[in-house]
Formats: sequence, C-alpha cells, structure tokens
Amino acid sequence: MILFFLCFILFMVGLYGIIMQRNLIKIIIGLAIMEYSVLFFLILIGYIDSATAPIISESFEEALFVDPLPQAMVLTAIVIGLATKALMLSVAIRLYKEYGTFDIRKMNTLKG
Amino acid sequence: MEIYLIIMIILMILGSIYSLHAKDLLSAVVAYGIVGFGLVISFLLLYAPDLAIVQVVVEIITLVIMIAVIVNTTHKDEKKIFTTKSSLVNLVVLLIFVGVFFLMFAHIIGVLSYFGQHTMRMAGVYIDSAYEAGSANIVTGILFHFRAYDTLGEATVLFTAVIGVLTVLRQYGKKN
Repeated sequence: MILFFLCFILFMVGLYGIIMQRNLIKIIIGLAIMEYSVLFFLILIGYIDSATAPIISESFEEALFVDPLPQAMVLTAIVIGLATKALMLSVAIRLYKEYGTFDIRKMNTLKG
Repeated sequence: MEIYLIIMIILMILGSIYSLHAKDLLSAVVAYGIVGFGLVISFLLLYAPDLAIVQVVVEIITLVIMIAVIVNTTHKDEKKIFTTKSSLVNLVVLLIFVGVFFLMFAHIIGVLSYFGQHTMRMAGVYIDSAYEAGSANIVTGILFHFRAYDTLGEATVLFTAVIGVLTVLRQYGKKN
C-alpha cells in the first residue's frame, strides 16, 4: 500500500508543477511526471508475488506470470506519450519565437 | 523486492522536485531524466522487460528533443513564484485538486487488492490461448494478435502527431 501512496505523491508533484510553475518547459515536465506516475501505478497493480515475466519457454511451462494485459496497454501509452510530448515541445518552440520567452504570464496577447 | 521499488520511487520523487525547482532549464531536463530512467529500473524489477526496452528508447528521444529545444531557445527560468495575487489563486486551485484527488485515491485504494496479490481475471484467457497467437512473448501476442486494432490506433496517433509537428514547425508556405 505504501507503494501506491508514493505513486500518488509523484502524481501530486507533477500536478504542482503544472499549476504553480510559469515556465512552459517546466509545465511540460510536470505533465510528463504525472504520466509516468500513472504508468507506474498500472504496472504495480499487475504485479504478482513470486511470478515471472510473461514469456513462455520450455523450462517454465507451467510458471506463474505477472499480468500481461496492463503491460501491453502501458506499452501503447508510452509511445503515445512520446508523440504528445513532441507536439507540446514544438508548440513551445513556436511560442518562444512569437514572444521571446517561455513565461506564460507574458503570453497574453492574441495574435496569429 | 518491495524495498527496492520504494527506494526507486523516492529517488524519482526527489528528482522530480529538483527538476521543477532548478534555476537552469538544462539541469531541470537532466533531473527529469532521473524520473524516466528510474521508471526503467522499476519496470525491470516488476518483470516487464518489454516496457523497460521501450521506455529507454522513448526517454532518450524525449531528452534529446528537450535539450535541442533548450539549446535553440534559452536556458534561464525567471523565478518569482509567490509574489502576485494570481499565484495565491493557483495555490488555492492546487489545494482543491489535491483534496479531490486524495479523496478519490482513498476511495479506490479500498477496492484494489494488496501489492503482489493481484488476481488475473481477463488476462488468464490470453495466457491460456497464447499458442494461438504464435508468440512466445505474451505481451507481443496481445499487442499484435488479440488487440491488434489498438496497435493500429496507436499508429494512427503517431502519424497524426508527426503531421502536427511538421505543420507547427513549418518554415515555408506562410503568407506574411
């Protein structure tokens, strides 16, 4: 249970980064930290004591495996996370070229 | 086993806190790398080797992209957090979010089974019919046989993201 709670604390650190920081790069970092804490939580749920990795081999014919379903879903989520992070960073580059800063307080004019 | 995971996640929490408070953006990005690579080691400890491999590749690509962004723009982070009235509003919003999330977490933690005592409901079918997929690695079998439409959707999302990045970063074609 303490592992689940520590995961929750990691999520809260990411949320703190998103709400309290003014720098665009740090907001993106906070979002990525939240994403990682959720992925870690899903894999923690699927773990089973004294089990092995879900790979079938000759010697482990009747072995107990950890849950492979969250692993498959998280594998998809990691790659999609990379895509969203790349998109966010490219938008940050455009905003820097427009305003000359990463500070979101100074990005208050609507111009195209 | 559990104590190693606790050490890793405490390291990840410390790295993320430092990353959000570093004065230089480059050191913030490097400290953010602690979180990603700590996640890699945790995946290895939790018997998820496929995830560890994918996470290593994704983390390195992310760090390279972030460092490229920072090298091309600026290093400095102007810090004055607790000065204006709007930061007080931010703090109140943060506390409300923390309270709501904590209530939901405390509710959901009573439903989940304890760490390490998970019982498989759905994945048992996948493991029993793993030979049907023809793959010794069950995770690969799920991704490319049982849930191949999800993988197709993932490819669609990746394609859309590449198109989006190319559109946002294009140099030519704009009428000024």
